[in-house]
Amino acid sequence: MPSVSIKVPGGSRITIPHYPVDMVGAGERASSFTKRSIKKESKLDALYLAITMTDLTTLEGADTPGKVKQLCGKAISPVPAHYLQEIKRLAPDKKIRPIPSVAAICVYPEMVPIARKCLEGSGVELASVATAFPAGQLSLDLKLKDVARAIKFGATEIDMVIDRGAFLRGDYQKVFDEIVAVKDICEDRAHLKVILETGELKTLDNVRFASTMAMEAGADFIKTSTGKVTPAATMPVTLVMLQAIWDYYQQTGKKIGMKPAGGIRTAKQAVHYLVMVNEVLGADWLHPKMFRFGASSLLNDLLRQIFKQYTGQYYYQDIFSLD
Amino acid sequence: MTKKKAQKKTKAKKSKVTKKKKTTKKTSSVKKTVKGLDFVYDPAPESKAVVHIQNKYDHFIAGKFVAPNSGKYMKSINPATEEVLTKHAVGDEKDVDRAVKAARVAYEGVWSKMPAEERGRYLYRIARILQERSREFAVAETLDGGKPIKESRDVDIPLAAAHFFYYAGWADKLEYAFPGKSVRSIGVCGQIIPWNFPLLMAAWKLAPALAAGNCVVLKPAEQTSLTAMLLAEVLQEAELPDGVVNIVTGEGPTGAALVAHPDVNKIAFTGSTDIGKLIAKNVAHTTKKLTLELGGKSANIVYEDAAIDQAVEGVVNGIYFNQGHVCCAGSRLLLEESIAKDFLKKLQKRMKTIRVGDPLDKNTDLGAINHKEQWEKIKTLVDQGKEEGGDFYQAECKLPSKGYFFSPCYFAKQSGSSLISRLEIFGPVLSVSTFRTPDEAITKANDTPYGLAAGIWSEKGSKIHKTANGLKAGVIWANTYNKFDPTSPFGGFFESGYGREGGLHGLLPYLEVK
Repeated sequence: MPSVSIKVPGGSRITIPHYPVDMVGAGERASSFTKRSIKKESKLDALYLAITMTDLTTLEGADTPGKVKQLCGKAISPVPAHYLQEIKRLAPDKKIRPIPSVAAICVYPEMVPIARKCLEGSGVELASVATAFPAGQLSLDLKLKDVARAIKFGATEIDMVIDRGAFLRGDYQKVFDEIVAVKDICEDRAHLKVILETGELKTLDNVRFASTMAMEAGADFIKTSTGKVTPAATMPVTLVMLQAIWDYYQQTGKKIGMKPAGGIRTAKQAVHYLVMVNEVLGADWLHPKMFRFGASSLLNDLLRQIFKQYTGQYYYQDIFSLD
Repeated sequence: MTKKKAQKKTKAKKSKVTKKKKTTKKTSSVKKTVKGLDFVYDPAPESKAVVHIQNKYDHFIAGKFVAPNSGKYMKSINPATEEVLTKHAVGDEKDVDRAVKAARVAYEGVWSKMPAEERGRYLYRIARILQERSREFAVAETLDGGKPIKESRDVDIPLAAAHFFYYAGWADKLEYAFPGKSVRSIGVCGQIIPWNFPLLMAAWKLAPALAAGNCVVLKPAEQTSLTAMLLAEVLQEAELPDGVVNIVTGEGPTGAALVAHPDVNKIAFTGSTDIGKLIAKNVAHTTKKLTLELGGKSANIVYEDAAIDQAVEGVVNGIYFNQGHVCCAGSRLLLEESIAKDFLKKLQKRMKTIRVGDPLDKNTDLGAINHKEQWEKIKTLVDQGKEEGGDFYQAECKLPSKGYFFSPCYFAKQSGSSLISRLEIFGPVLSVSTFRTPDEAITKANDTPYGLAAGIWSEKGSKIHKTANGLKAGVIWANTYNKFDPTSPFGGFFESGYGREGGLHGLLPYLEVK
């Protein structure tokens, strides 16, 4: 596959390599991580880490300030006090670690001011989708306004979508330029996650190329999906993106973060992803600054499994709020 | 998150190149290196309790377990702990004779006369029982041979069952297998099994032999006879008529007695080329049919237009699967010169994540070397290889204090005439060399006395086909490696032996076609 030449700000050109990916091989490698058997302390470590990496997300047309406030509450302290008391009662000999807050809340720009207030001083980051999420089918100036507003309202992280239409018709320059333009607005004020919407790019060759392009254009994180397209995050897609991150790191010395989003609902899946990150990129990426899960129902399952790890039994499910 | 000034203080980078590049880049997205979780996987051992191992095992002759004529037993060692696992009977000429006679009686009296459809039913039954007892077999295979439970569980045992299923289907369709020809069974087959895939190789040989209507005397490898004896239990459970399959354990002389027995009609051997040649000499003056599946030094060719990350996986799987104890292991890596440096960098990184250790641990990727002699042989060859020169890389792995373990390694830039480049090591040792053009790749791949398998890695279909046509090897994989399927024939050229196992072709050695 030919490499693609892209014009960068300042007028010079860079070449973005278009490395081929073998779908079958990538799938096999990805499934090999699901065969790792993570037990005992190592499992507990992973479950706690997964909580701190979660971007608790609500991106519905039906979102209201009430819903967002509830979610913020859950993000800051995911469990009621009697959750830990019950663990202590059932497992009196164990050293029990407190349940941490999640990494961030992820909402639409309109909800940012509400979330901002709720999260004040909590240490939980505030991510906002922007650039005409989820389709990205809007003119660039409106997309940039969308981003600027979200930042003005107090978003500390911007989850932008790429223009998949432009990508699929081969107008890579447009995709690149848009990311650069968004990055210019974010620069020091907000952290930029670039959503590739891999469910629409379809091939792993496309995923790989789009990943490299997004990183070259200034992404701090690359992210699989909006959650509005099926399939959302999958292990093979995430693997290919992690490998692109590794290659980019080898070439530039820059470490880019990764965020699979959508479709990760169980603690077991989350552990598989962490195993994959561990074996493809290593410990440096096992940190909320470098890896995130875009998820909502995942959190409750993590909490259930932590309870199980300590006590050997499951708590009744209703204990966890559904926010 | 907002970038704090402190975060921009990037960790000092060793490489000059990265330093330069970093300063030229306009964006300031370089983050402070955060220290993430040191993710150490706790042990996750499979339970040994699922398998009951007896203190000693007798021969299995005419449907019964019988003590050896000599009264002698040999120890079977668990290579991961160096502890004695059990003892197996040592067979001599008399034991072999007894087994061959039992097979002859079963052949003349029952098996050759049985309606083919009924024969097939027994094979289906064996396959099903193997599946039902798969966990037990997997643990036994791992305890006995040191291979990771992941592999015995996901490869050896399911594939063994699949072979019985596949050939069960052929039992009553033999006349359609070779249209226009009439086929009949051969008689009594002597089958000698290697130690690398004990149950699987037994299944590869037993299933087609039985489907074709033959009776068998099976001699498992002395290091790994356990699952053969468990298989004997399965055969009893399946109520296979007495004498259709007989198992005589023992060392070299036992195998030699089987090869020499006058009433054996066919010998099937899988093992080393040296022993294969010896067997070929011994049956040369007889009417016995012979198939040999011997060694290899198979090439894995990676072109620059390959999907590199997947090719790295394929190379790792090709040579480090089953500790490299694979006759078709991709033990010679041929890299296109333009990508060699980057490829080896990626390979090294990947090798660091290979987990060597307790074979029963579900997270182990590379288990114990099958037995002490093999471990010593690998060590000696690697030491000699280091003396011969070349770039030697070995992944730093924490090895258990006991047991025969060997970390995965490779040699690069060694001479093409070095022993590492030419000898079959049968361990986790890869020989790397480079080529410039497809023609050179083919020439180099064929530059070996063997011809068992090869792998080709390219995203260009025409190049794959052209290369495959030029390769002298029985099995060629494109963009994958070590894939096995009962429907696909397997076997080699030249010093890798003759005859095919698996698929329709796998029936031929067990039939007279008229």
